[in-house]
Amino acid sequence: MEKRVIFKGWALPLALLLPQLVITGVFFFWPAGQAVYQSFLREDAFGLSRQFVGLENFADVLTDPTWLDALWRSGFFSASVAFLALSVALFLAVQADKHIRGAATYKTLLIWPYAVAPAIAAVLWLFMFHPNIGLFGRMLNAAGIPWNYKLNGDQAMLLVILASAWKQVSYNFIFFLAGLQSIPKSVLEAAAIDGARPARRFWTVVFPLLSPTAFFLLVVNLVYAFFDTFGVIHALTQGGPGKATETLIYRVYTDGVMNLNLGSSAAQSVILMVLVIALTMVQFRYIERKVHY
Amino acid sequence: MHGPLPLPAADVDALARRTRARRRRETLLTHASLVLGVLVFAFPIYLTLIGSTHDVNTIGRGDVPLLPGGEAIANYAQAWSAGGGRYMGVPAAGMLANSLVMALLITLGKIAISLASAYAVVFFRFPFRMLAFWLIFITLMLPVEVRIIPTFQVMVDLQLTNSMAGLTVPLIASATATLLFRQFFLTIPDEYVEAAKIDGAGPLRFFKDVVLPLSVTNIAALFVILFIYGWNQYLWPLLIVNDRSLETIVVGLTKMIGGGDAQNEWNVIMATAVLALLPPVAVVVLMQRWFVKGLTETEK
Amino acid sequence: MATLQLRDVRKSFGATQVLHGVDLDVAEGEMIVIVGASGCGKSTLLRIVAGLEAATSGRVLIGGQDVTPLEPADRDVAMVFQSYALYPHMSVFDNMAYGLKIRGLPREQIRRRVQDAAELLGIAALLERRPRQLSGGQRQRVAMGRAIVREPKLFLFDEPLSNLDAKLRVQMRAEIRRLQKRLGVTSLFVTHDQVEAMTLGDRLVVMHQGHAAQTATPMEIWERPADTYVAGFIGSPAMNFLPATLAAGGTAARLDTNGLVLPFADGRRPGEEGRRLLLGIRPEHLRPGVGGLDLHIELVEPLGGESVLHGRLADGTALTAKLPGALHAEGPLGVIIPLEHLHVFDAQTGRRLDAQA
Repeated sequence: MEKRVIFKGWALPLALLLPQLVITGVFFFWPAGQAVYQSFLREDAFGLSRQFVGLENFADVLTDPTWLDALWRSGFFSASVAFLALSVALFLAVQADKHIRGAATYKTLLIWPYAVAPAIAAVLWLFMFHPNIGLFGRMLNAAGIPWNYKLNGDQAMLLVILASAWKQVSYNFIFFLAGLQSIPKSVLEAAAIDGARPARRFWTVVFPLLSPTAFFLLVVNLVYAFFDTFGVIHALTQGGPGKATETLIYRVYTDGVMNLNLGSSAAQSVILMVLVIALTMVQFRYIERKVHY
Repeated sequence: MHGPLPLPAADVDALARRTRARRRRETLLTHASLVLGVLVFAFPIYLTLIGSTHDVNTIGRGDVPLLPGGEAIANYAQAWSAGGGRYMGVPAAGMLANSLVMALLITLGKIAISLASAYAVVFFRFPFRMLAFWLIFITLMLPVEVRIIPTFQVMVDLQLTNSMAGLTVPLIASATATLLFRQFFLTIPDEYVEAAKIDGAGPLRFFKDVVLPLSVTNIAALFVILFIYGWNQYLWPLLIVNDRSLETIVVGLTKMIGGGDAQNEWNVIMATAVLALLPPVAVVVLMQRWFVKGLTETEK
Repeated sequence: MATLQLRDVRKSFGATQVLHGVDLDVAEGEMIVIVGASGCGKSTLLRIVAGLEAATSGRVLIGGQDVTPLEPADRDVAMVFQSYALYPHMSVFDNMAYGLKIRGLPREQIRRRVQDAAELLGIAALLERRPRQLSGGQRQRVAMGRAIVREPKLFLFDEPLSNLDAKLRVQMRAEIRRLQKRLGVTSLFVTHDQVEAMTLGDRLVVMHQGHAAQTATPMEIWERPADTYVAGFIGSPAMNFLPATLAAGGTAARLDTNGLVLPFADGRRPGEEGRRLLLGIRPEHLRPGVGGLDLHIELVEPLGGESVLHGRLADGTALTAKLPGALHAEGPLGVIIPLEHLHVFDAQTGRRLDAQA
């Protein structure tokens, strides 16, 4: 889509574009290029010399069993967060979309967690599940279930999944609600007259019509779980205990910032970039198709 | 399934009773689910709020209270002006101010440069216009976390670490906001531009008198989304700032917790958590209408 | 096929009452058209019959059984919506088969029923398409087909033709009537279009502000409207109303405008001398001539074979006449009122005053 009527000149528009382009260039393309460049280099331990090593960094990363573990862990973590956050949000959105008293209040009360930073969400969950000071942590221990996410890797994973999903539900809720409201009321009424009970109406009419929204959210949630949950993990478990909650993005951080292994960190960044671009491409392809719906 | 009508009268009665019972059950279940949902999302905050009103020993002992205590003023006063004792006390007041400045700079910066670039792309024709658009568009794909290490190195090279500029400027480029404004500008009828030209208004005047007033709701919607995005930044401030006077509240809070020792001053930490939560939550609740619009429109 | 009865159906949304007690008896196979201006409650009434809306009080009986507390699914009715409400993610076949699948009919029987209905409606070639690949008229047919295959007790139509263009609307109107007669299914058809109402219905219900103002055959409504609202609503151009008083011992009316006394052709009306009346006369019943009313024509609308004349009487009362022929000029014109076409209404209540036996 293009405008038919436009203003003349090229100096003004370029001046208007300049800030955006400069910032994008300096803080986006330059570092992205640097990442690609560094991923082909290796520095010695003292940072004195660099040499070109081709794809060796990639080969090292992709054959490193701890990295592959982190990859698998990230996959499990992301899938769990996405599934949990999507299903809870969908369930709540369907309930809140019904014509009931106080629907608007419920909506407001379910929307606000969007404003909570992932790191703060983690802190709130820490307050609940800390083995010594957390209400539920102590209850579990009192009930004879040894609970200490600082020692037990599975419990740590469970906690970061719960905190991450908790924070994402409100986002999904808003989109599912918008999706539900865009389904024409008469179509649902037609299904009711055709004899479909609420459950059947949901699975045969509502859910198929929501699937574009659900797919869009799936991609967004996966990207969120892969990258934005750094704060949750950093605040709650620092990737531990051991490496039990070390996801790919956390690994980039530890290798690059803590261990100063720049070549490997850069290679990991490039792999992640490819991953995000692939996810985004899938999404655009899908959005293009859904336009016809 | 039931048989074809007409049913015997008794069956209709039974069906009617079942229908009424089912409707009551469904309404009850809906409310129960929603109340449960609200509780799941409110309870962590409630617990934190309660914790922030007790003294340090009550929480340290692990006697988690469910009703407010009497230490609220003391805790918040300490959090506000001194910070947690074990962690070289950075007062929350300063961290809140840093977060506010950072969030506002990012928000206003993003809105300003996105308005400008979208206006240039939509209302002008010039060489490499589409190239410029695509360069901005591509950035949509890469969240800052992915390219964090190389970007950090660029900041070191430019000597921008430990500065408010370093904290904000790199986050100001925004493909989403540019796309939203472009989308919106394309819906402004050509007749407006024609009318402006006939009236002798130039592009800057047209922007100020027509485009800007029309964009007000879009700007408000974006403001909510971007303010929360800015306020909630974590990894970037963690890397860029180690000067404590530039600490933001979200990062400062997790540093207070450290490894999560039971001996922490949990009451002050909880008070700080409440302070860190309050501004973005207030923005979302008070500007709910724009928030929902902003969210659903930027992402589509 | 079944009867339908409504007993004192009322509906309020909060403080606003939209239905003030509607009663209706529909015989088996009958086509009833509910007609009225927007906001009169006609769609709400239909939705209450369907079970999509719960009545505040009153009862709905289908086939003699009280279905008031039942869900739409248990009422065995089919509905055609104004927006068609086709399932956008299903093919035409699946759209029509959906209700049958839910009722657990054997696959082969579903296929046959859908095929038969599609052929009846001329959409057999479209069964694999999605709704978005269809034109407005085709969607309308699919919506009809979805109702027909169900072989329900009751067809409900909620302004199904108003999204079609004028030509298609006339064509579909005739088609719906033919189908309904052929299938013999009891039907309720809601519209705001009086032509649609007159041509489709065995009987009409004219709704006004939540009341059924009149329930009768189209011709009866046209010839003997129950009140001034119905009289003005049905017929185009609308009926003229002239203020008058009862005169000559109830056997005539005296027009306010010029004192002309018009004797009633069919008998005396009750009431005292001087009772306030409104006399109704349809524009097409006025005839040019002297000794009646002196009309000053302000606007002529030629319709080809006839003309609609808008004018005023000496005291400013507006009057419309529809006269044969195309050649009429603006200016003065004498018209006479044929006495056998006079409608008499009470000026206060607006109710029709019939001749006493």
